[in-house]
Amino acid sequence: MYEVISNDILAPNLHKLVVRAPRIAPVRKPGQFVIVRVGKGDERIPLTIGDADPTAGTITLFIQAIGASTQKIVAIPAGGHILDVAGPLGKPTHLDNWKRVACIGGGVGTAVLFPLVKALAATESKITTIIGGRSSQYVILADELAALSETLLITTEDGSMGRKGFVTAELSELIADPDRKPDAVFAIGPVPMMRAIAELTRPHGIETIVSLNPIMIDGTGMCGGCRVVVDGESKFACVDGPEFDGHRVDFAGLTDRLTTYRDHEAALRHAATECKLVTGVSNV
Amino acid sequence: MSNNLTVKDRLAIDRVHMPELDAELRSRNFEEVNRGLTQEEAVREAQRCIQCKNRPCVEGCPVGVSIPEFIDALAAESLPKAARILQGDNALPAVCGRVCPQESQCESKCVRGVKGEAVAIGYLERFVADWAMKNADKLRGDALPAATGKKVAVVGCGPAGLTAAGELARKGHKVTIFEALHDTGGVLRYGIPEFRLPKEIIDVEVDRLLALGVEIECNVIIGKTLTLDQLRGEFDAVFVANGAGLPVMLNLPGENLKGVYSANEFLTRVNLMEAGRNPASPTPIIKGNSVAVIGGGNTAMDCVRTARRLGAERAMIIYRRSEAEMPARIEEIRHAKEEGVEFVMLTAPLEIIGNNEGWTAALSCEKMELGQPDESGRRKPVPVPGSRYEMPVDVVVNAVGTRSNPLLTATAPDLALNKWGNIVSDDQGATSIPGVFAGGDIVRGGATVILAMGDGKQAAAAIHGYLNGGV
Repeated sequence: MYEVISNDILAPNLHKLVVRAPRIAPVRKPGQFVIVRVGKGDERIPLTIGDADPTAGTITLFIQAIGASTQKIVAIPAGGHILDVAGPLGKPTHLDNWKRVACIGGGVGTAVLFPLVKALAATESKITTIIGGRSSQYVILADELAALSETLLITTEDGSMGRKGFVTAELSELIADPDRKPDAVFAIGPVPMMRAIAELTRPHGIETIVSLNPIMIDGTGMCGGCRVVVDGESKFACVDGPEFDGHRVDFAGLTDRLTTYRDHEAALRHAATECKLVTGVSNV
Repeated sequence: MSNNLTVKDRLAIDRVHMPELDAELRSRNFEEVNRGLTQEEAVREAQRCIQCKNRPCVEGCPVGVSIPEFIDALAAESLPKAARILQGDNALPAVCGRVCPQESQCESKCVRGVKGEAVAIGYLERFVADWAMKNADKLRGDALPAATGKKVAVVGCGPAGLTAAGELARKGHKVTIFEALHDTGGVLRYGIPEFRLPKEIIDVEVDRLLALGVEIECNVIIGKTLTLDQLRGEFDAVFVANGAGLPVMLNLPGENLKGVYSANEFLTRVNLMEAGRNPASPTPIIKGNSVAVIGGGNTAMDCVRTARRLGAERAMIIYRRSEAEMPARIEEIRHAKEEGVEFVMLTAPLEIIGNNEGWTAALSCEKMELGQPDESGRRKPVPVPGSRYEMPVDVVVNAVGTRSNPLLTATAPDLALNKWGNIVSDDQGATSIPGVFAGGDIVRGGATVILAMGDGKQAAAAIHGYLNGGV
């Protein structure tokens, strides 16, 4: 059992959980993830380790409650417990001696980006962080990222915060400016965003690293369900990734495989909503 | 029934038949197929054993169960005695009684098989083990030896790890098993389906180990959470039995289409995560109406029979050789056929063809014929020119095999590996690192439960010797 130390709401449906995981906290590295199972019979959910405190033996998880299982995780109050937390899994982020790095987060991808920016901040690299969301309430970790970056740029689709539009617009300007052009780009967010960024940087030959979150079960390379084609070869995101060279990822194939259980997920969401309605009525 | 029978009396008894669930019925549910013998049937079958001097059956058992002795106790209806003998030799008898290939091990050596049918040793093992589970109160708990003060880490909670843990605990050593998944049993739980090995059997066998003082810590991935070196620092010896958890890909076009699974993924979803067999399971599975399983081993049989139970109208085994070369147990093949599985033999897959939405739609195959024997001694399949054809399918399961999982070995550079990435060990399980032993599929590649258990037993004896100042 893994105790939930705190559970804070950062944005609608986005929670920050600090969880006691004394074996994982001291050894985890940026870019790695854990697999979480709330209780008996629940799904195994891969979640990026957002941060860790080795002394306290805790890890931080940023969780977007989109499905039935993630809703169950964020419903655990401080003092409650998660049955299973396994990790750290995946390869740590490879950090190079870049002069300038652009770190781009879209939606909940920003939470995945956070440990990476924190790790880069400890190097010589100058960091421009660009984060985007549908509207201001979906922009997360802005203050924390601003403190770690040389520059923080924000975009929202409705213009309610920062620049109206997409993160790609800010990146284009960065690339066009010889003084700010990055040697490397980290892009973490929805697949279409990562794909668009990889296409944007490709003609400029800028190294682009993306972090993938495909369908996963064991997280140890046992099942191969998370396979993704990189440079024409099947790779397992859980053990070979989750970070890959964005210029070599088959995004079309990844996008397609991500729809495998779309109907199932929709049915679960529907069931979850129905349950809430029933609870609501009985509470009246 | 008296056990005072002459050899002639014993020879006059016919081999018992295992009662099975009706094939039509069972092909649509996950209930255990083999129902087990009644006590009367079991005792009568035990009396078929002529208690020959040479005990060849014991030679055929990888864990060296005292077969004639437990059968003799059973024939005399002395069930507690039979149970103690069996449990003393075998950490997981209820598992072995169900999944061991007895026909190629103990039973293949039985003298009664020379001129007739061997004693049904497997059925008897299962009967005694099941009796012991139901009558634990009638069995005196093992008097534990005094604690030696030595600590042993076991990596992996599958058949090899569980067996070694039981053996070592009975010698007074403090054993901690580290398991990467959230539950115990390893391949017994994620790989072998409920209809062959009910999961509650694993729970009971694991509870027996816990009662011996074995500790099990789940969610610890050696190579990630802890390294082998850390274990060596904290424990007096380590037994590595983390299995062959890495699927061999087909490397065919279309392998990444939706509806294409590795056997590990397909079985893990259904067995461990209960997808498709427990309506409350949140883990999804694409069930398929027409399922092609590629491969001819026991894992392929498990997959295809699972596909039938998930509702497939057509569930097919696609195998490039003929049925005679299939590595699967005869019983599994027979059960699969009875359950309506189609055997498409001498057929090799070439490509998985998708529809315009990325879903599996067909398997392109070609016919094969058997040529000269290859290095495995089996006749090599060669393609029949111009025989390519397509069969419509919506799910494809790749059950061609597994290799050793590299997570632990990649972080243990001093551990000698062979060219397939398996750990190199001697016949006692000793590796290139003193105090580190290994066994099961991480050494053998994909093999069987009982061979893994045999390794666990061997290694436990070697570890005991090592801890007592031996080599």
